[in-house]
Amino acid sequence: MSTITPLKDRDALSTWAADLKTERASGAPVVIRVSMGTCGIAAKTTPVLEALQSEIRSQQKESQIEIVQTGCMGLCHSEPTIEVYDRQTQQSIFYGNVKPEQAPTLIREESSQAFGVDVLTQNWYRPEETDADVETAQARIVLRNTGRIDPESIADYVGTQGYAALANVVTTMQPDEVTQTMIDAGLRGRGGGGFPTGVKWQFAAKQPAGEKYVICNADEGDPGAFMDRAVLEGDPHAVLEAMAISGFAIGAAQGVVYIRAEYPLAIERLELAIQQARDCGLLGTNILGSGFDFDIELKYGAGAFVCGEETALIHSIEGLRGEPIFKPPFPAVEGLWEKPTIVNNVETLANICAIMRRGAKWFRQIGTEKCPGTKVFALAGKVKRVGLVEVPMGTTLRDIIFGVGQGIANDRAFKAVQTGGPSGGCLKTEDLDTPIDYESLRALGSMMGSGGMIVMDEDDCMVNIAKYFLEFTLDESCGRCTPCRIGNKRLHEMLVKVCSGRADMRTLEKLRQLSDTIKDTSLCGLGQTSPNPVLSTLRQFRREYLDHVMNHKCTAGVCSALVRYDINERCVGCTLCARNCPVSCITGAPKEHHEIDQERCIKCGVCQQACKFHAVDKH
Amino acid sequence: MIKLSVNNRDVEVPEGTSILDAAGELGIKVPTLCHFKLDDFDIENKAGSCRVCVVEVEGRPTLAPSCCTPATDGMKVKTNSVRAINARRSMLDLLLSNHPKDCLTCQRNLDCELQRLAGEMGLHQILFEGEQMEHEVDRANQSIVRDPNKCIMCRRCETACNVMQTVGILSAVDRGFDAVVMPTSKRSLDDTKCTFCGQCVQACPTGALTAVNRSYDVWRGLNHPAKFKVVQTAPAVRVALGEAFGMAPGSVSTGKMVAALRKLGFDRVFDTDFAADLTIMEETTELIGRLTSGENLPILTSCCPGWVKFFEHQFPDLINIPSTAKSPQQMFGAIAKTYYAEKAGIAPDNMLVASVMPCLAKKYEAARDEFAPNGIRDVDIVISTRELANMIKEAGIQFMDLDESDFDNPLGESTGAGVIFGATGGVLEAALRTAADWLSDEPIEDVDFTAVRGLSGIREATVTVAGKDVRVAIASGLGNARNLLEKIQKGEAEYEAIEIMACPGGCINGGGQPSIKGDTSILEKRRQALYVIDGDKAIRKSHENPSIQKLYKEFLGQPGSERAHKLLHTHYTERENA
Repeated sequence: MSTITPLKDRDALSTWAADLKTERASGAPVVIRVSMGTCGIAAKTTPVLEALQSEIRSQQKESQIEIVQTGCMGLCHSEPTIEVYDRQTQQSIFYGNVKPEQAPTLIREESSQAFGVDVLTQNWYRPEETDADVETAQARIVLRNTGRIDPESIADYVGTQGYAALANVVTTMQPDEVTQTMIDAGLRGRGGGGFPTGVKWQFAAKQPAGEKYVICNADEGDPGAFMDRAVLEGDPHAVLEAMAISGFAIGAAQGVVYIRAEYPLAIERLELAIQQARDCGLLGTNILGSGFDFDIELKYGAGAFVCGEETALIHSIEGLRGEPIFKPPFPAVEGLWEKPTIVNNVETLANICAIMRRGAKWFRQIGTEKCPGTKVFALAGKVKRVGLVEVPMGTTLRDIIFGVGQGIANDRAFKAVQTGGPSGGCLKTEDLDTPIDYESLRALGSMMGSGGMIVMDEDDCMVNIAKYFLEFTLDESCGRCTPCRIGNKRLHEMLVKVCSGRADMRTLEKLRQLSDTIKDTSLCGLGQTSPNPVLSTLRQFRREYLDHVMNHKCTAGVCSALVRYDINERCVGCTLCARNCPVSCITGAPKEHHEIDQERCIKCGVCQQACKFHAVDKH
Repeated sequence: MIKLSVNNRDVEVPEGTSILDAAGELGIKVPTLCHFKLDDFDIENKAGSCRVCVVEVEGRPTLAPSCCTPATDGMKVKTNSVRAINARRSMLDLLLSNHPKDCLTCQRNLDCELQRLAGEMGLHQILFEGEQMEHEVDRANQSIVRDPNKCIMCRRCETACNVMQTVGILSAVDRGFDAVVMPTSKRSLDDTKCTFCGQCVQACPTGALTAVNRSYDVWRGLNHPAKFKVVQTAPAVRVALGEAFGMAPGSVSTGKMVAALRKLGFDRVFDTDFAADLTIMEETTELIGRLTSGENLPILTSCCPGWVKFFEHQFPDLINIPSTAKSPQQMFGAIAKTYYAEKAGIAPDNMLVASVMPCLAKKYEAARDEFAPNGIRDVDIVISTRELANMIKEAGIQFMDLDESDFDNPLGESTGAGVIFGATGGVLEAALRTAADWLSDEPIEDVDFTAVRGLSGIREATVTVAGKDVRVAIASGLGNARNLLEKIQKGEAEYEAIEIMACPGGCINGGGQPSIKGDTSILEKRRQALYVIDGDKAIRKSHENPSIQKLYKEFLGQPGSERAHKLLHTHYTERENA
């Protein structure tokens, strides 16, 4: 299908999908997928792609191998990554750290393992259409197309049952049936709140007919979280289709994607997708002859974390200061331009088409009873395989970190994992076997959040980690309410005191007390959760705090004020340390013992790295 | 109706009532700070930002801000649980930790809500001390001092400026700990379309927004050996000044005020009411001229400097419609330094004219370029009602013990029409009294145009003047003024005469008056007091004021004469709407 024509009805869409299937069956037996998300492009995947394309031409394998540029595959630790997929055997090989010069081998070997190229895995996830029994913790619903289809081709999306759910909904279902399906499926908001999506829709659907809005919250802002970006870059149509379905359910004709302006590729692909969908008659008036009208526009956020909060987000769209306000009224009653509005996050929306296609029952089989479905995590930190993973709810942290993530890098010991981003908490070894969902994480003093998961090892100072996360909320607080505006500042100041050895036991008590008060009094979710990193580390890693306060010691050696470098008797007077010291605070004549001036030392550790005789001790 | 319990006592309230108001029904007062309500003007600041009014609600995971949480059926509220008290104290503690502790020298000392709360809650120590904000203090204008270091982000000024007045210059800027309320782009107030109405000052619970204090300049002037010191007092001052000395709202303290001003050392105590009568002479002449020709209607009043600056910025297309008559304050200055100076044999540049005004914009007005002919200011210093009260206290004058005194003549003689300038609708009523007389063959007997009186934001009436219907409208509060003007612009309404006052309720609610602390019933009392003074006057029409008649006879000639134009009329300047 080379040209796009408006689809008149549901049959036209089915015919097109069937044609695409036939076309694909007679196409090249091998597909090479190249991970071209923002991350992949930044990791220089473009030269790899070009090398592969030119190699196919020179080896004249155009009929055997098809190249597909996809969104992110989630294998961040080894970009550039490619997947070589054999359509007949339904087998894949994922290669990582691919270099352009490896293209000839890869093309020559087709679907056999290419010599000299890093093979990452053969079972990264189980594709939806495959019958093959793949051993993996990953179950992909949200990321079902991300990293597999060409996000810039609506045909690729339609070819994987794209828009089939929308077609079915608008031609055969009533709005309340759609809402009921969502309630039955039990999908909960993946932005962090965990509020049942179907119930939210029902609130808005119950409002009197008239102007209503559907908003896709693509203002992803947690440090280290990029699941929404991956979906928008890898499968934009899935989000558009879901928005149209939710619009049908609540009686809205207009959707808005509120997206960070810092996501240019996602914006570009979304804009293209919207245009394609309009051209195909899948957005716009009288979609597939059903009489249902729905269109979508983009609004750019200016990078304020708090604009992820729905009332702040709505203010921002309206051109006001991005500040949360007290609820009620809830947006479902009085939202954008004071009209009933539902705000759903990208990941939430990415579940919807699959649920509508396969039914609430199917969805409930995945995950836990209270939290059906999957969760995407951005696995980061000291783990071997940093990446984007999607696992069923109820999977243990151990399975994610030590299974999918393959454990801690550099043979260090696991210390903690922070879930829920800056609003979450740190969990330790004892918590690794807890099946995770909204409730279990909350019970452990953390939260699901949007899915950031940062792994820490023994070299991380937990007080410093709490300080780091608080710095983020401090910067991102809108400053509206007292506890968040001033309280978090005071928490941070107290943590600085702890890290610099100037705190006493009373400081620790005040930290806890103020943290509790901030949680109890803040206006929005940001403030209500901002002390979580402090509280959870205070509880779980109290010894580290005590070490800082009582012994003026940072065990991990991170808090520079508490670190001291000394030169021991092994010093031979080679002068290397003195020559490398950036503040010239090391003195000593050649071949004589050297000394560090503690007053001037900035604790950078360069002397220790420079010394060849292990003569510099760090205490 | 909704049934709930507060501190184990049941109460029934209508749906939509806040927990705060429900508790209030039981006589339980929850401390508040950011919450601000002006009942009669339908204005409420429900920012929910200070978190001082938090209460415990059974079954709710977090504490609830009582000012903006609606009461629900079966709700069980505890306002004084340890959890709520601790949280409330912590909020105050945090606010104080980021607040300059210069209470003793702060303009709002003893009149600060933050200070009062700290006292009431018995906060004796600040637990969470830390870094404090450092912002420049904005003193670049004549009316308002903005000290962002004292801003507690209650947003009350924003509601006053943006919602009530629709001037729209204040908003929160920056984020997190740096967040503070400022004019857009952190400009100085002087560089904005601020009207200096001072409603933000009235709304501010702390010393973040205060009036420019000129009392020291007055002291210096009073102690100048050579200067001849003259003071004028605006109509609304006399019905509010007493409040500062514990008198009940609505008390009239004209005589004591005059006596106090004499004691302070003024050589002559005159009345702006006299100039108000003069304004009516000029403005009514203009009105009749326009009514007769049918051109350039409606006429808009121009006594209010806040309103003048508002239309100069925001309605430049209407710049030729307002009356060109100067405000009473400026007319007074002009006459004092010409007619009176000549009569009394005083060189104009040796005369000090001070004004006591209910208004902060009057400070700005007196300093406008056009009001200093030949380099001599018509009005030299403007102080507010509050500043006068403080000066009286500072001088050790026992206000309540003072014997009543009368204004000096001739610039102290006034009519009932002059005094009602202090309330919304008063200027128009005064003009109608004179117009009716001038247009009829015989003087009218009933001077009470009650249809134009009241406190509601916009009032419309058709009044009969000499057998003719005149359609009039009155707006007080700039938000209401905007609504009215937009209606006219859209052609939805037509009037012959319109009175506009920047402050809701008129000058009785000016930015320089003793604070009403959200109790709008005080305004009604002040308003009624003005009409009582009016009713008690033997002469209630401006043109019947003998001193005014004499002024025209001896000096000005006819209303609208060339000399009158030179001294009593002004022009307007289009200003940037940003």
